[in-house]
Formats: sequence, C-alpha cells, structure tokens
Amino acid sequence: MKSLIKKLVEIPGPSGFEEQIRAAVQREIKDHADEIKVDALGNLIARKGKKKDGGLRIMLSAHIDEIGLMVTHVDDDGFARFIGIGGINPLTCYGGRVLFMNGTRGVIGMEKIGSAKAPKLAQLFIDVGASNQDDCPVGVGDVCGFERPFLELGDRLVAKSMDDRIAAVIAIEAMRAIADTPHELYFVFSVQEEVGIRGAITAAYGVNPDLGLAIDVTRSGDTPKSIKMETALGKGPAVKVRDSSFIADPRVVNWMVETAKQAGIPYQLEVLEAGGTDGRAIQLTRAGVPAGCLSIPCRYIHSPSEMVDMNDVRNSVKLLVALLSQPVKLG
Amino acid sequence: MTKNTKTSTSKVPQIGKIQIELLEKLCNAVAVSGDEQEVRQIVLEEVKSVADEVKVDALGNVLVTRFGRGEKRPRVMLAAHMDEIGFMLVKDDGGGLFEFVTIGGIDERQLVAKSVLVGQEHLPGVIGAKPIHLTKKEERKNTLKIDQMRIDMGLDIGSQVKIGDRASFATRFELIGPSIRAKALDDRLGVVNLIELIKHSPDNIDLLAAFTVQEEVGLRGARVAAYAFDPDMAFALDSTPAMDLPVWESDDNNVNYNTRLDQGPAIYLMDAATIADRRLVDLLVKAAEAEGIPYQFRQPNRGGTDAGAIHKSRAGIPSISVSVPQRYIHTAAGLVRQDDWVHTLQLMHAALSRITSDTLKR
Repeated sequence: MKSLIKKLVEIPGPSGFEEQIRAAVQREIKDHADEIKVDALGNLIARKGKKKDGGLRIMLSAHIDEIGLMVTHVDDDGFARFIGIGGINPLTCYGGRVLFMNGTRGVIGMEKIGSAKAPKLAQLFIDVGASNQDDCPVGVGDVCGFERPFLELGDRLVAKSMDDRIAAVIAIEAMRAIADTPHELYFVFSVQEEVGIRGAITAAYGVNPDLGLAIDVTRSGDTPKSIKMETALGKGPAVKVRDSSFIADPRVVNWMVETAKQAGIPYQLEVLEAGGTDGRAIQLTRAGVPAGCLSIPCRYIHSPSEMVDMNDVRNSVKLLVALLSQPVKLG
Repeated sequence: MTKNTKTSTSKVPQIGKIQIELLEKLCNAVAVSGDEQEVRQIVLEEVKSVADEVKVDALGNVLVTRFGRGEKRPRVMLAAHMDEIGFMLVKDDGGGLFEFVTIGGIDERQLVAKSVLVGQEHLPGVIGAKPIHLTKKEERKNTLKIDQMRIDMGLDIGSQVKIGDRASFATRFELIGPSIRAKALDDRLGVVNLIELIKHSPDNIDLLAAFTVQEEVGLRGARVAAYAFDPDMAFALDSTPAMDLPVWESDDNNVNYNTRLDQGPAIYLMDAATIADRRLVDLLVKAAEAEGIPYQFRQPNRGGTDAGAIHKSRAGIPSISVSVPQRYIHTAAGLVRQDDWVHTLQLMHAALSRITSDTLKR
C-alpha cells in the first residue's frame, strides 16, 4: 500500500487540473470496477457490484484534487504573481517549490517585509529561473502544485497532498478488498473539492445514491497548543459527527460506530469546528441523502507536509470494507 | 482543436446604428435585481421573430431556444443577466425622504450627490449631500455611511413611491468617441450580444439562450435556468472590471489590473465561483487566433458570473465566461470601448461556429 501512497501523493493535481491524478487512479482501479466513467466536470466514477436484495446504492467520495497556485501576472523581470487555488496559507509558501502542469519548476520568493510579519499572498511570487517576461515558460492562467517528496517517519507518513490522496488510496484498497457485496457501490474520485466541494455536487446528482460517505482527512488535536479537537494520530479512523459544512446523519454515525465495534477496529469520534467535505454535497443532492464521513486524522493540513498515521490508514480500509460488505440497516 | 472549422452559413453579426440604439434602450431601462420586467419586455420583443421557443420561467428568466440543423448538434447554453445593481427604499422618513439599502455590490462612498430613478415610473430623485458651505475640513475627510444618506424624492413625487420600490443610477447612455458611457453596461452588453447571437445563431449547435435574473444578488436566476436547459456546455456573457488607468498602473505594485480596455474580450480562467473548463478556453483562443480577433485573459481573481451556478447544475456542465472589459463597473457610470464590444460579439460567434461533438473530448 505504501508504494501506491507514494505514487499518488507526488502527482500534481490542483483543483480543476486533475487529468494526471485521474489517469493514475483509473489505472489502479480498472481491473476492480464493473463500470468506469468520467463525468462532465471530470469526476472519475467507478461502479462495483449490482444492487441485490437488501442492498443499497452507496456513493463513496474521495477527492483527488489538491490545493495549488495559478499565475495571475508575469512581470518584466520574469517573476510570476499568483493566487491560491483552495485554501493556501501564505505562511507555508515562502521558499516552497512548485511544479507546473507543463513540467516547469519554480521556487516561491517574497517581497521585503518586516521580519515579525506574516506575508500576504500578494507579496509572494514564483521564480522559475527566468530573467524576463519573454523567457518565462509560464503565463497567466498556468497552474502549479507544491512539490515535496513522500516521507516516511516510522508509522507516520508525510506528503504535500495527504489531503486527500490518502483517502483515494483507502478507497482503491477497499475496492480491491471487497469480495462480495449486496450493494451497488459507486467509488467517486471527485474534483474541485478544495474550491468549494464542486465536483461532488454534480457527481452526487449523477449517481443519485441511497446512502453516501465522504472519505477525507480531518484535523487533529494532538500537537503542542493545538486546536480544540479530540482526534489524534494513531487512534483509528474518525467517524465524523459534524463539521462546518454538514451534520452527519446520526444513523450513519451509529452504523459506522457499531460496525467498528463489531469488527474490533479502533475508531474515534470527530467534531470539526471549521472545515467541509464532500459529505455535504451528497447529503443535499436532489431530495436529500443520508450521509456521513470517514475521516483520517491529519496534522499540518494544507501545508506541504501533511502527516497521517499508517495504522489509521490500514484501519480505515478495514472499516470501509466491513461497512460495505454487509447489508445496511439505518436504525 | 477540431479539424472541422467550417464557418456557419449565418452571417457574422455586426454592430451598427440598430445595435447601438438597442444597447442604449437596454442601458437606460431600469431592472434592479428582482424587478427585471423592463429589460425582459425589450428582450421578448427582440427575440420573438427569430426564436424557435420562448419561455419566461418561474423566477423571470427568459429562456430562448434556437435550433440548428443537421445531426449531433451540441446543446450550448449562453447566459447574460438582465438585472443590474441598484437600491431599494426601506423606510419613509416623510417629506419625500427615504432611507434605502443597496442591492448587489455597491461602494457606499460613491453614492453621495448621485441622481437616481425610482420605481417602474423612473421617478427622479437624488441622494443628497451636505454642501461644502456647511461642512468643516475635518468632516470632509470622513466618508458618509449609507445610514446617513437619503434618497430625496421631493415632496410631491414622494407620495407616488412606496417601500420596496427599486432605484437605479440615473445616468443616460452616451457615445463618447470610441467609447460608451452608461449605467448597467454590466450586463446589458451581454444582453445585447446574446440577442445578436440568437439572430445570427450558427447551424452547428442548438443555442439555448438564458436572459437571467438576480445575478447580482448571487447567481440565482442562472441556477434554475441551467437546470431547465440541461445543456452540454455553457458560456456566461458578462462584463468585468478594467483597472488600467495610468494612475493605477503606475502604482509600483499594480499587478492586479484584472483586464485592460482595447485588448479585446476577456476570457476567464478562474474566479471565485468557477474554474473555467480548459477545453472551452482552447476553443475560444483558437477561434480568436483563426479569425484575428484580439483577446485577453482576465486575471484569475475574485468575483463570479452565472457560470458559477451553471457548471454545478445537475450532473455537471462544462462552463466558461467571456466579458467585455469595463472601467468604473458597479458605479453610476461605466465606460467601455465599442471595439471591445464588437470583438466580444465576433469572438463568441466564431467560437460557437466551431463547436462540434468533439469539442468536449478529453
């Protein structure tokens, strides 16, 4: 599984520019799906199984886009100004390295500012090694992601895009592991989550599920002076109770908790004060759908070094397989 | 993009006296979000003789279909919003004075001493201000808040308006050399272009034209229009700021000009509401280059157009926006170049003419 993680987390794929990561995921799942399609916005939608007695149409959604940057202006000296695609924290930008979709690499520099101050995005620029506008290989509208190699620190895994490639890996592994299911499972590898859960909105409409789960990272409260949060790395997959985008259906929460208990899989309950996932899009589609979210605790989200625990990843796969292999009764 | 680059049998639309008079009528009409009746009537009158189907939906959008000819015609939605920013009367203070709120994005600092037109009767009013005789130097440094302003209707006229009536800036349409100065160019330019595109619709597509309502208050009309049309792809025709005055450009850090006048139609890449579909960016760029039509990319930025609502409709609709660059947008008087208007219309016609069933191939 680690080689798959390394493969997927290093591919650039900012929101709206998911071609490369979509193709990579498609290669991984093609022998495990009964039907694969790409919808109008670029969501990769794979069906596994056919609805049997007691089965449901279930949508699982893991987003394959990541945060990134888009060039807004190249000045006379070849420096590229940019804006963020998704939630970019200027603090984590300076000195960072970026990889454009056209293969160009660059580093992020900063205007002179007082040393005690955090920069604003407008004070940063990308230096691709050009010396004027004409020899700059990127222009307005070109897109890049952060470039950072995958890193293993014991059980802890670090990458620029654990959010949400780790969920894509979990979905792929679950898809491979599920031998028999009464359900019609739609594994959605969604686009444009980081700019407002856009891909999942159209995917959910197209799939028209009876039940839905997002799979996404969540924050953790286990670092020095951290946010107020119960989740911690290594204590198991998190069952989302709520975040600021939606309230998980309590019946779905209960189903996830009971399944984890029965299967002896560690789990934690998650209340996230600020943040949203594809779960919102699924819940609000058409006439409404019971929806929840399986979360993977993650440190340093939206930095170039997002960290998860390998045990949580393995247990997330186990929990997902357990959830999807049996009939679902939402009580 | 495609090998098939046949130009349509329908003629390339032109801008002449008729189109300019139509734009004048559209700009001078008052259609603040939620009360688009006046512009809707002009649109209905213009399209009735050329449309295959015309419908006014529940929210007030005008939905016009013009069918092409031949097999496998893509269903292409074009949206231009009929509404404009403006004001609403909220409290009668007596004596012809009304407290009011803004509708859509308006900078309060720009409101003092502006003439306005109130209600469907276009009754004249003014947002009054204390004259210089009565203000102190210190006082003039502060900007007035909207709560300190009133729309003054005069005693007699005041009795003819009521709470909830809308008001717009009173600026009249003027041609100024190569330019046009008017209120509501956002988005009456889109409306006039969409009317012309219906009249010159190429045969290779089914053109689904939505003259939308309530864009300025959150892309509301387009949302239901896209649901009804369920098109294969969509273009929003709008207007976007040009921040290209020399005094702004000379700012040592002005890298945020958004667009510039005289550079042609602004093709969108990303705004706060939409990431433009790159296949449609390519379509537009190739059409512009093939026809020698100038174009510019709008800097990726904030803001949003009807495309923001349309692309998320149903199972997803590849979408993009094309805007006419405009100085002083969302103020009492915007300013555009006639050339940018013509080029936008021509670019849209050239792009639509090149759409095939392969346009969206991945």
